[in-house]
Amino acid sequence: MTERGGDGSNRSRSYTLSEFESKKLLARHGVPMPQDRLAGDLEEAVAAAAEIGGSVALKLCGARIAHKTERGLVRLGLEGADAVRVAAAELLAAATDDDGEVSLIVAPMVRGHRELIAGLNRDPHFGMTIMVGLGGIFAEALGDVSIRLVPIDRVDAEDMIDELANQAILGPFRGEPPVDRAALVDILLGLSRAGAEEPRLVSADINPLIVTEGVPVAVDALVELEGTP
Amino acid sequence: MNSAASFLTDDHFLALFEPQGIVVAGASTHPGKFGFVALHNILASGYEGELFPLNRDGGEVLGRKAFTDIEDVPGGAADLVFVCTPASTNVALLRAAAAKGIKAAFIASAGYGEAGPEGQLAQAELVEVAAELGMLVVGPNGQGVVSTPAKMCAQIVAPYPPRGRIAVVSQSGNFVSSFQNYAIASGIGISRAVSCGNAAQVGVVDFLEFFANDPQTDVALAYVEGVGDGRSFYQRLRAVCERMPVVLVKGGVTPGGARAAASHTGSLATDDRVFDGMCRQAGAIRAETIEEAYEAAATFATQPLPQGPRVVIVSTAGGWGVVTADAIGRTNLELLPLPEDLRAELDRMLPPRWSRNNPIDLAGGETKDTIPEVLATAARHPQVDAVIFLGMGIQGNVAKMEREGPFYPDYGLDRIVAYHERQERRYTSTAAELADGLGKPILTATELAVTSPDNAAVRGVAESGKYCYPSSNRAVIALEHLWYYARWRARRGL
Repeated sequence: MTERGGDGSNRSRSYTLSEFESKKLLARHGVPMPQDRLAGDLEEAVAAAAEIGGSVALKLCGARIAHKTERGLVRLGLEGADAVRVAAAELLAAATDDDGEVSLIVAPMVRGHRELIAGLNRDPHFGMTIMVGLGGIFAEALGDVSIRLVPIDRVDAEDMIDELANQAILGPFRGEPPVDRAALVDILLGLSRAGAEEPRLVSADINPLIVTEGVPVAVDALVELEGTP
Repeated sequence: MNSAASFLTDDHFLALFEPQGIVVAGASTHPGKFGFVALHNILASGYEGELFPLNRDGGEVLGRKAFTDIEDVPGGAADLVFVCTPASTNVALLRAAAAKGIKAAFIASAGYGEAGPEGQLAQAELVEVAAELGMLVVGPNGQGVVSTPAKMCAQIVAPYPPRGRIAVVSQSGNFVSSFQNYAIASGIGISRAVSCGNAAQVGVVDFLEFFANDPQTDVALAYVEGVGDGRSFYQRLRAVCERMPVVLVKGGVTPGGARAAASHTGSLATDDRVFDGMCRQAGAIRAETIEEAYEAAATFATQPLPQGPRVVIVSTAGGWGVVTADAIGRTNLELLPLPEDLRAELDRMLPPRWSRNNPIDLAGGETKDTIPEVLATAARHPQVDAVIFLGMGIQGNVAKMEREGPFYPDYGLDRIVAYHERQERRYTSTAAELADGLGKPILTATELAVTSPDNAAVRGVAESGKYCYPSSNRAVIALEHLWYYARWRARRGL
């Protein structure tokens, strides 16, 4: 639970959704999302991993869990039932009382050299805004983002991508094809719809969008809503 | 701020910008007072409508009989009241003015929102009374309003700019003057100019909407610090940009600047990345500086929009072309690789040492008709969207030195000086005719625009109705603004 409204005059409560619920909300508005599964225990996790097939990622999921990576609540590149079972047991054991109700996200493993970010944020002057930018560890230092007011149309979304300063990152990169701009546009249009149609939405972050074989995939998402759960 | 009173129509703005008659309230006999200066400037600019100086002591101001009471002004004779009287008297003045059929007031008087809680109450009352009277009220605490089609300089400051197609609106009165100063220096003139002052009833975007309807205006130029209701500002700005280019300078974008803006206009700091994105989405052209803003507006006012980003540089000196190519490389414009047919055509016109690529560097191989012919050939090529022409000023500079030297007019100097100056004018008029005839921007640049404004080339550009850029870098930035706007329109089917 966080307090918003820096000017003090318009403080309102807000809360965040779990990663799974965040992705579900965004997917409802047409943001393409990977086929994540929610598992309540070890055996469900193993079954989900088998359905997905190949290498998977496991993450502890709960409405009150933020900073998963910093807390070591993410396991990547798991292959086979044993690896999944061990990782699932460790993650569930790592949950604290403060985390409240938790479950496990089993997600297809997404690999790529490039990370992007996209999101929504309610601006005090201009209302809901949408952002796309370069992600990864240098994202903040580079500050290479472009912003528009919600709603945007396809041309606006294309303009946003064209406007990023480091276009080379979007081209062919270390043996990978160029970023699929149409796929990125679809993500932005879905986000814009979410921003326009969810009156309680305060912010949304898709971070990272990992570019795998040219396609940006929403690996993590966090949605913040006004009010109380 | 920026809350358009819904009853306002273009008629109200026409009463402000093209009044049949003006009442100047507080027309003082003291030449140091604003009321005196306003009347002086209205007379000095050649305003041809009726003028009614109002002064409670009567007598004469600047040779004009002063009225002691607005009741003595004939009904229907004036559309505008220019107010320099103390704030406490202005509500009564507005009521009397409305009774005389006056539809618009410009309030230069201070003592309102900028002057503490009491002033804020007075300002709120002003807005309320204006709504009740159905009147447009500009200001208070504004510097004035200029309208060149009406030969009207109703300002408490100078200057009065030449007539042109740029309309200015500013949240800072002094930037109205700055833009007008640039207009005088360059000859690219102004249609309307207004300072919003405290923007009690109408603000920047209200004026932009009028400018979009105004047949005297081709481009709007605005200085803003705050936007009030940002969402509404965006929507209205975008609607204006669909009809007319709008060049914006935003003050208060850094923390230090934002603090200064807060104390100047009470504007709340905006996230500059959001503001920038909003401008791009709306199609507004954002300039970083006042001079860049004026140059962009002057370019929109005098050049056609490019159909694409492909630029050709025509130069008579190698280095000029090189730095201009670099400047283009830093923008979204493209340095067009010279098409083979154009290269072949130029080969027939030029000695072999020319650059044979873009930049087209004539390398000193020109004779009398070379420059106009090369310029025309390059500009006409279908793959060329715009031209930057750097081949001027040298001959005019030589002519100036010879004309001012100890031997003129002997030894044939009179003939060669006249030849050089004639040639410069040929170059500049050719550039202007090609731009207008082909519908392609052709920008001319030389530092002589600043260092030697009486140079024949610089004067030639002004006489041709175009803007002479003080450097090729600045021409490139102006051209990029044009292409940005053209592209914004094209991508939206406008």
